[in-house]
Amino acid sequence: MSPRPAFQSAPHLGDWVSIDQDGAIVLYSGRVELGQGALTAIRAMAAAELGCQPDVIRLQSARTDLSPNEGPTVGSMSIAQGGYAVRLAAAALREQLLMIAEDLLPAEREALTLKDGIVFHHGEKTELTVGALAHKVDYSPALTEDVKILGKGLVKAMAPRRIGLRERLIGTPFLHDLEPEGLLFGGPIHPPTMTSELVEIDLDALRARPGVVAVIRDGSFLGVVTESSYETARAVRWARNNARWRETATAPDDYMQALAGANEPFKQGFAKGDVEAVQGQRYETKVSRPYLSHASIGPSASLATWQEDNLEVYSHSQSIFDLRDALANVFAMDQEQITVIHHPGAGCYGHNGADDVALDAALLAKAVPGRPVKVVWDREDEFRHEPMGAAMVSHASAILRADGSIAAMSVEVTSPPHANRPGSSGLPNLLAATYLSNKMISPQSQDVPLEIGGGADRNAIPIYAVPNMKVSKRLVHSLPYRTSALRSLGAYCNVYGIETLMDQIALARGEDPIAFRLRHLDDPRARAVIEAVAADSRAIREEDAAEGTGWGIGFARYKNTEGYCAVVAHVQVKDIVRVTDLFAVVDVGETIDKDGVLNQVEGGMVQATSWTLKEAVTVDGTHVQPATWNDYDILRFSEVPRVNVRILDHATEPPVGAGELAQGPTAAAIGNAVRSAIGIVVPNLPISRDAVIKAAMDASND
Amino acid sequence: MVSPVTPKDLKLKVNGIERSIPTDCDTPLLYVLREDFGLKGTRFGCGTGGCGACTVIADGKAVTSCDLPASAFAGQTIETVETLATGGDHPLLTAVLKLQAAQCCYCLPGILMAAKALLDDDPSPTRERIVSALDGNLCRCGAHPRIIRAITEAAAETGGAK
Repeated sequence: MSPRPAFQSAPHLGDWVSIDQDGAIVLYSGRVELGQGALTAIRAMAAAELGCQPDVIRLQSARTDLSPNEGPTVGSMSIAQGGYAVRLAAAALREQLLMIAEDLLPAEREALTLKDGIVFHHGEKTELTVGALAHKVDYSPALTEDVKILGKGLVKAMAPRRIGLRERLIGTPFLHDLEPEGLLFGGPIHPPTMTSELVEIDLDALRARPGVVAVIRDGSFLGVVTESSYETARAVRWARNNARWRETATAPDDYMQALAGANEPFKQGFAKGDVEAVQGQRYETKVSRPYLSHASIGPSASLATWQEDNLEVYSHSQSIFDLRDALANVFAMDQEQITVIHHPGAGCYGHNGADDVALDAALLAKAVPGRPVKVVWDREDEFRHEPMGAAMVSHASAILRADGSIAAMSVEVTSPPHANRPGSSGLPNLLAATYLSNKMISPQSQDVPLEIGGGADRNAIPIYAVPNMKVSKRLVHSLPYRTSALRSLGAYCNVYGIETLMDQIALARGEDPIAFRLRHLDDPRARAVIEAVAADSRAIREEDAAEGTGWGIGFARYKNTEGYCAVVAHVQVKDIVRVTDLFAVVDVGETIDKDGVLNQVEGGMVQATSWTLKEAVTVDGTHVQPATWNDYDILRFSEVPRVNVRILDHATEPPVGAGELAQGPTAAAIGNAVRSAIGIVVPNLPISRDAVIKAAMDASND
Repeated sequence: MVSPVTPKDLKLKVNGIERSIPTDCDTPLLYVLREDFGLKGTRFGCGTGGCGACTVIADGKAVTSCDLPASAFAGQTIETVETLATGGDHPLLTAVLKLQAAQCCYCLPGILMAAKALLDDDPSPTRERIVSALDGNLCRCGAHPRIIRAITEAAAETGGAK
């Protein structure tokens, strides 16, 4: 996918950059900082075009009334698209500044350069500064891709430092820390399931709880506003214990079984050649993952204020423009009456409760016009009411020719949808909107089409050079749980299936899994990362394997069009699987922020290790069960592997994202390492103690 | 015999300053730190002591502050993350900044305090001691490898000073 800057919604130079009264360059990006470091890289890309240090550029954090609408900050597209747009805008500003200087000096354009805010002529300082030229800049020209980029390959050498890191460590950077004059604290009491209704609550008794300023009920939406956050926590707890709900739906006993037995139709998403016509030895695997929680450490939060007919909302949403439009839809307002301002929250790793809590705050603040109301979900809200990462089943098969080459591969994916972002189906898709008296139930999501990266079927197309392929997707809408985007969407499970199948075939043939992959890859960049990770992990792969230890490899190119990532895992299996070492080599095209890339890949690998070894959301009927961290354990410090990441830089290639490319390969490398350690494949994630025992029993029964 | 209850202020020392709270204060320490004392560097994560985001040091020990009433800390000496930047940066803060050992940072104040309690007790801890001291602190971004490196580097600094 070639990057498309958002020049349709923000066509003019002035939509992206300006020069303020002090002569400082101001950058407007519609991308938001989620802890992933995207804005650090994007600002450095602008600085490289403008010949200055990144930290002299003032960065306007995204807000719907000032920033270009680039759509949501998702899918590892911030650098490829958002950074590219800023690069073009900054280059256009530089060209215009130098054109103005050319007239003023006068001097020939080719001899002029811009450095640290000063115009240079033949390398000599002139008296012209950016500040002095600012009043002549015309911000109306339309931006195009037809502008000279000077910074390509230069940004990496700048080694930009993370913006605001110190403040994040010892300061008050988060939405949770906002404390405007007159602040009140709101708390929603969510229906316990997506399909229950509020029958009865003693509103007078709730009003009489300590500190309660207002009580709101609208349909099954119930909430309180109090004078302090602890009073809110106590009132919410009281209301949860005293409200009566009616369940209107039933759920299957075992959601994984229900998913595997779903009979909604498969739709073919990709095909080449004729899979059905191919004859040969058939191999297959059916893998699955359960529902996963985003499990942000900081719960979702928002702050809303109504002033007459206008609504202002602080949010850590990934999609502030879509959130604004969804809120306008709920309150039947014009978009211009609502301003959504991005303010940092904890890492979200996809679509968590960030948008939902914003509607909660707006609904509660409406009861106290003129007063800001802050809502911070509690841990139970965060686990039970956020949209989860979808459970899924991925069925991969391959047919081998007599010469040992793969002639055909098919992948069938069964999953609830992975995309239910605000407004994505024309309706708000916000939690509380579904149980207001004017219910705004969302229509069935159709997931992300494969043409724009895929949802459940992301990375379901095998990356290998195989002449016949077929990929299809079965979307399941019958389970009563809410799902949406979790980092890498379906890629995690699909890569697990395809890559454990590759090992299965290689082992059956007695062939080295690395050589077997290389034999089916003709893309030199794909081959390079695999060869590099093989070299980096050689010592650990070649050491005498102790009982119960093993190594495995996993590889993918994210979305089949973005970054390349090969991972080798080393594991030790006793009662449980312990990942001791992870090696990764990635190719994200031009490296913009080297340390940022390393950080994202390391973090993605550690998070994927957690998903792969430990995580599953349990349900009881229609109830999502986890309420505390005791119910949803994630990887702890003592369980974290040593992690080694290397980048293969391709300065001439477009830069792409690094946050989502390692999850699938990491899971696959771990799964293949477990097989090499104990001879057993664990197809159903997570590879917990129970799963290892069950897989061993299944294997001995075969 | 039960003596008559007279509401009397309880004292505790927070970052070197004497503070007082009502005896009947059943509000968890975290809320008192953030909302009454204006020390908002300590984070709310779960309310049940399960994630460690609210970790502070009380009488030299790392403890979660979200699940015990402030009154339970009467007479104790509390240190919060703000102390790491008081009178010069603590080596832990310096190392985390230098190695960019963080992503979203929501968990970091708690981790820094757990690490400070460890280094105060053992200036040159092994990797095993570090990960064991941090096992009650969750990080979702996966910054663990960097955080462990940063603490090791800080330990080399503080250990050298002793």
